[in-house]
Amino acid sequence: MMIKINISSNVIGEPILAESMIETKTALNISQAHFDSTYGEIIAEVETDDFKSIREALESKGAKVTVLDHPIVRDEEECVECGACISVCPGHVFSFDEEWGIAQDIEKCIQCGTCIKMCPHHALSLEK
Amino acid sequence: MVEKSIEEINRRIKEGSVNVVTAEEMVGIVGELGAKEAAKEVDVVTTGTFGAMCSSGAWLNFGHPEPPMKMNKVFLNGVEAYSGVAAVDAFIGAGQLSETEGFDYGGAHVIEDLIRGKSIDLHATSYGTDCYPRKTLDTTLNIYDLNQAIMINPRNGYQKYNVATNGINRTIYTYMGSLLPNYGNVTYSGAGVLSPLSNDPDYQTIGVGTPIFLGGTKGHIIGEGTQHSPETNFGTLMLRGDLKDMSADYIRAANFHEYGTSLYVGMGIPIPILNEQLAQSTAVTDKDVVTNVLDYGVPSRDRPVLRKVNYEELRSGSIEINGKDTPTSSMSSFKKSREIAGELKKWVAAGEFFVNTPSQRLPAKATCKPMRQTTRNPLVQDIMAKDVVVIDENATFHEAAKMIMENTFSHLPVVSEDGKLAGIVTAWDISKAVAETGCNYVKDIMTKRVLTSNATDPIDIAARNLDMKEVSAMPVIDKDRYVIGIITSNDISKLFARRR
Ligand code: SF4
Ligand code: SF4
Repeated sequence: MMIKINISSNVIGEPILAESMIETKTALNISQAHFDSTYGEIIAEVETDDFKSIREALESKGAKVTVLDHPIVRDEEECVECGACISVCPGHVFSFDEEWGIAQDIEKCIQCGTCIKMCPHHALSLEK
Repeated sequence: MVEKSIEEINRRIKEGSVNVVTAEEMVGIVGELGAKEAAKEVDVVTTGTFGAMCSSGAWLNFGHPEPPMKMNKVFLNGVEAYSGVAAVDAFIGAGQLSETEGFDYGGAHVIEDLIRGKSIDLHATSYGTDCYPRKTLDTTLNIYDLNQAIMINPRNGYQKYNVATNGINRTIYTYMGSLLPNYGNVTYSGAGVLSPLSNDPDYQTIGVGTPIFLGGTKGHIIGEGTQHSPETNFGTLMLRGDLKDMSADYIRAANFHEYGTSLYVGMGIPIPILNEQLAQSTAVTDKDVVTNVLDYGVPSRDRPVLRKVNYEELRSGSIEINGKDTPTSSMSSFKKSREIAGELKKWVAAGEFFVNTPSQRLPAKATCKPMRQTTRNPLVQDIMAKDVVVIDENATFHEAAKMIMENTFSHLPVVSEDGKLAGIVTAWDISKAVAETGCNYVKDIMTKRVLTSNATDPIDIAARNLDMKEVSAMPVIDKDRYVIGIITSNDISKLFARRR
């Protein structure tokens, strides 16, 4: 599953990510990270079984963890299966199947919204 | 030499004994049998393409209202349709944007809504004449209420398309979709192996009057398209079809973010295999269709060519740009193109669709000229202020304030010790410095990431940069970053006001 970890300015200098991973022996597969002096935001994939323990570890050190559970939705009526969305997605969610239709691996979606602007047919949305 | 006649092929279509295959299947057949045997075996090869074709539209005839009106301006769901012809005819173009909804709704959407049988609001105005006294009109109608709804596409079915990527450091939004910064992705269009014109590049069978698949129904080629450029392998076609018989499966409105609207058009052409040469040309593969990758980051008609590429490479999912593996996206749908070639094949096999000899050949020798421009495009150097005052980064902000007071500029470029541009300060930065403590020198308060311009940039590009970054002035620098002028949005507005 995909999670978002927010680190606020008061703890930003501390290695809480590394500590939490070592403590819980959990691997976080980081797909995007943003840090500056005021905040940090990390998008990462974690095994569902490990989620509870890593969340506890991170939150005990002052981070905020949110589950990204509203991945991209594709309206199959609107979609013409062009493939325009494929190259812009940082999560590699979309690909062509053998018949040149669109295959998608929704689990990898980090909800960045980039594909929504790309789609010429308004077929994609991040519905809440 | 194998020679077959159109009559012979049509007889087989009628009898149900025709051998029709898609252009994809033809590759294997010619590979196996050779062109000569394949020409004996195969009678018709079908092609197909489904992609954005901005140069599309429809002529609509609304019938006469009572009292009658010569419609002068016509709006369909808020989208202007051209009505500078007879009283109640109008051409709705795919790329025209709604007056109220902008990028979200355009002529393409009106066309799709018409095909779907939806109601459309018509608003028209006129100046009124003795024969057509009415001045305004508002009504709601659908496609069945119209006398004619004829799709006429001035330029469709491009033989191939340039491939797009972007070398600048921000995402740009184009008719080729979102192009990520620093060659982050590549977008392409066209059906490669199935592309109609790539399968008959010598226009042996494709010409005026050729029956085609258009939008789910039978249409015709009515001539070469605008910008037809067969000599550079960028041939185009002008098409006609009855909108009333079309299906939204094959005609779809599209929006390109920050670019505008376009129409995805499904089109396919049957190619009668009259001889070996046609068997050979319809065996064209993705690998044989070669095009150029252009840098759309350069806002010029002559975009730099980064490399050559064929459709097999494009469709593999990534290509190499500057030594980096770069993901590709198709803007047109190969799956739909296949569906169209398959559908056309079914029509021919079922004896419902015949081939013919063009009533006129399309020009095989032509190229597309750039525009003749009789007024010189103004450049930044034509309107920039050359007597620009600069300040040293080690000066105090008091000195900067004094300089701004004494001069008419409100922007002061800052230079480092070697005289090169280091930043910019404005009156606003100085007032901020007064309010805060610890900022005594210009270098503490200046903006370091300065938007700059080159003297030889066209004004339109400078204007767009100012607009997009929401700044009001840019230092003009030479290639060594020495400040040679300054250009402000004020200078530009004055120039544009004069131009109008
Ligand atoms: S929002 Fe779209 S582009 Fe972003 S990760 Fe999800 S699928 Fe990919
Ligand atoms: S860009 Fe839109 S229409 Fe094209 S394949 Fe992706 S979701 Fe479908």
